[in-house]
Amino acid sequence: MTEMKVYLDNSATTPVAKEVIEAMLPYLAEDFGNAQSVHAFGQRAKSAVEQARREVAALINAQAAEIIFVSGGTEADNLAIRGIVEAHQDKGKHIITTRIEHPAVLATCEALAQRGFQVTYLPVSRDGLINLEDVRAAITDETILISVMHANNETGVIQPLEAIAAIVNQRRAQGHGHLHFHTDAVQAVGKITVDVAQLGVDLLSLSGHKLHAPKGVGALFIKKGVRLAKLFYGGHHERDKRPGTENVPGIVALGKACELARREFGERTARMRELRDYLEQRILNEIPDVQINGDREHRVPNICNLSFAGVDGESLLIALDLQGIAVSTGSACSSGSLEPSHVLTAMQLKREEVRGSLRFSLSAYTTREEIDYAVEALREITARLRAMLPSDEVEASRVSSQA
Amino acid sequence: MYSQTVAEHIANPRNVGEIASPSGKGDVTNEACLDRILLTIKIEDTKIIDAKVKARGCPPTIAAASMLTQLIIGKSVIEAEDLTRNDLELALEFLPSTKKHCSLLAIDALRTAIENSQR
Repeated sequence: MTEMKVYLDNSATTPVAKEVIEAMLPYLAEDFGNAQSVHAFGQRAKSAVEQARREVAALINAQAAEIIFVSGGTEADNLAIRGIVEAHQDKGKHIITTRIEHPAVLATCEALAQRGFQVTYLPVSRDGLINLEDVRAAITDETILISVMHANNETGVIQPLEAIAAIVNQRRAQGHGHLHFHTDAVQAVGKITVDVAQLGVDLLSLSGHKLHAPKGVGALFIKKGVRLAKLFYGGHHERDKRPGTENVPGIVALGKACELARREFGERTARMRELRDYLEQRILNEIPDVQINGDREHRVPNICNLSFAGVDGESLLIALDLQGIAVSTGSACSSGSLEPSHVLTAMQLKREEVRGSLRFSLSAYTTREEIDYAVEALREITARLRAMLPSDEVEASRVSSQA
Repeated sequence: MYSQTVAEHIANPRNVGEIASPSGKGDVTNEACLDRILLTIKIEDTKIIDAKVKARGCPPTIAAASMLTQLIIGKSVIEAEDLTRNDLELALEFLPSTKKHCSLLAIDALRTAIENSQR
């Protein structure tokens, strides 16, 4: 087999699109002005920032004035959560989130719990979905924020945000006006239709490097009228909500990436879904004892999370890497962490299933040839690792995967 | 994160299998992470003439199991008994601090196999 480089870890980060690099280059060179400066250099930069704001807004059906540029998904999540609780803590000190959020949300909530806020972590089903009755039951008069991710970064499972918004609206109609609804949509934007009006969210986080813009830039949608405290103090940038000189090249890049994601949305998502399903089908047909983790219907089109019975995800990952293929695993000890994936654990997967898990995440640029190469390698590596299993484990793993 | 040697043993594990009528057998599991090594050895005239291994686990566990067989084949039982996790880690060139238990598991398999052979 000819050596190829195959990148199937796009949920971690994506390559920067050629058009995006071209769009940002002038703002590193001749149009380098500070967007706050009144001279022509500054005004050219400012105009580019405002154009990017319109593009980000257009992708999620927001108004440009509702978009704040930040450094990425983590800052967007921090600003949303801490911004709401700082501004509304006089009305209550209760936050609702889920057990499967990104650490940017979980760690922020944990820090707030240290400061006396009460946090409810909603469980998920074996398919990775939260239960709406749990949401309804968790809301108290003290609740000021519900933060539920749109699509999960490990499984791609999409949460029922519209239904949660309906519950939120019902409570508001009952006089619970201080209840806010935030979503971390970092893995959803560009992969599924994200329409803030339709979803009914007050705040939405997105990140540039997950949709072919560079790292270090993201945005927070703040619905008009929502009051938010700021995290940083300085100048009056970003409507006084996020001071700091604007990262003009990064913002321009994010704007271009959003424009491409919107313009090519149908073609990109259809292509990703077709290739993801092809990858999954080939693996399920050609490699025995593999299961799909997470709901298959409510899922973004570019992610699949699989468990390979009897083998360790990290061993698979390293062996694939040696053949030029990049994937990710939720098994223990990966990425320097000794804890197995909190997402798969919350889904009540067995230890063996978590240990044998691998995540494949595609992008708009993934090709069928790359998928074919990855499946061939995976077939050979799985067979090799399984040949190393003590004979009693081969039987045990077979039983476990059929259970 | 891992040395070339660890990666090489993942790509090409040595002496995989189980000896049919072994002189000794070490079957050990790390209960914390469930990694497992099954080592069988053949001893003739106090010398380990063959070793085969089966393993399930993360890359350093597989590499340590594989490397262990290479280190002990041809050694006397007394020499093999003196083998430490440090010797194994040196042979593997490097193990991250969070993975030291993998080399320990391989040494446990060796000690158990030798003890088992002396019964």
